Amino acid sequence: MSTKQALSALTRREALLLAAGATIVAAGGVVLKSGTAHADQKMIDDALMKLIGDKKPAEGKITLDLPQIAENGNTVPIGVTIDSPMTAKDYVKSVHLFADGNPAPDVATLHFTPMSGKASAATRMRLAKTQNIVAVAEMSDGSVFRAQQEVKVTIGGCGG
Amino acid sequence: MAKNVKPRVRVPKTAAKGEVIEIKTLISHIMESGRRKGKDGKLIPRSIINKFSVTFNGKPVFEADWAPAISANPYMSFFAKVDESGEFAFKWVDDDGSVYDSKASITVS
Repeated sequence: MSTKQALSALTRREALLLAAGATIVAAGGVVLKSGTAHADQKMIDDALMKLIGDKKPAEGKITLDLPQIAENGNTVPIGVTIDSPMTAKDYVKSVHLFADGNPAPDVATLHFTPMSGKASAATRMRLAKTQNIVAVAEMSDGSVFRAQQEVKVTIGGCGG
Repeated sequence: MAKNVKPRVRVPKTAAKGEVIEIKTLISHIMESGRRKGKDGKLIPRSIINKFSVTFNGKPVFEADWAPAISANPYMSFFAKVDESGEFAFKWVDDDGSVYDSKASITVS
């Protein structure tokens, strides 16, 4: 291999590297762009920070009733049940529901009372795409629980 | 005020004292998310029911705050423990301040 050939090979490799680098930068740009178009885990954490402060939620107690695959993102059934005796001393105060792939993370906040008898409720929501549903329950004694489940969405809701 | 808003509730007519009953509610409402574009390419302004609350004989039983992520014609089911006969009062509050309400009585034996 002559020196001349080696040089040209180097430049070609450099050119390739440069091209690859540019692709990565471009891909990064796309990721950032889509990051601003919908909610993410951080927005949920920020929303939670406002609601419950810096309390660390524990696992358990919450059962989410969600379809594994939702064919129509415009109306996805969601049920949530929290294991609690629901007495005047020990009951579930609120349950916050979030979706991390929607334009805004909030779905609903449910407020229970001891008169609810059972900390369970169901509704229907819109999901823009496949994403995680997060439920955070606040108990009357101040403890906080969290659960998360993924729903695959075939046709997204929320319009365009 | 959104058009053709019609609340529907299903409460059992009778129950035993201390029984936990399931209540189902549905209200016809477009729940416009504020993110959809109309034919003219402009955003259709948000118009949703943002608050739903239920009382039994004046005492709070259940409440929900709804975001635009709640589907059109919002459905909500939940539970209530009944110790006496009385009346459930349901209230839905629209973004524009309109209030839609419904009532249902139950006899507890």
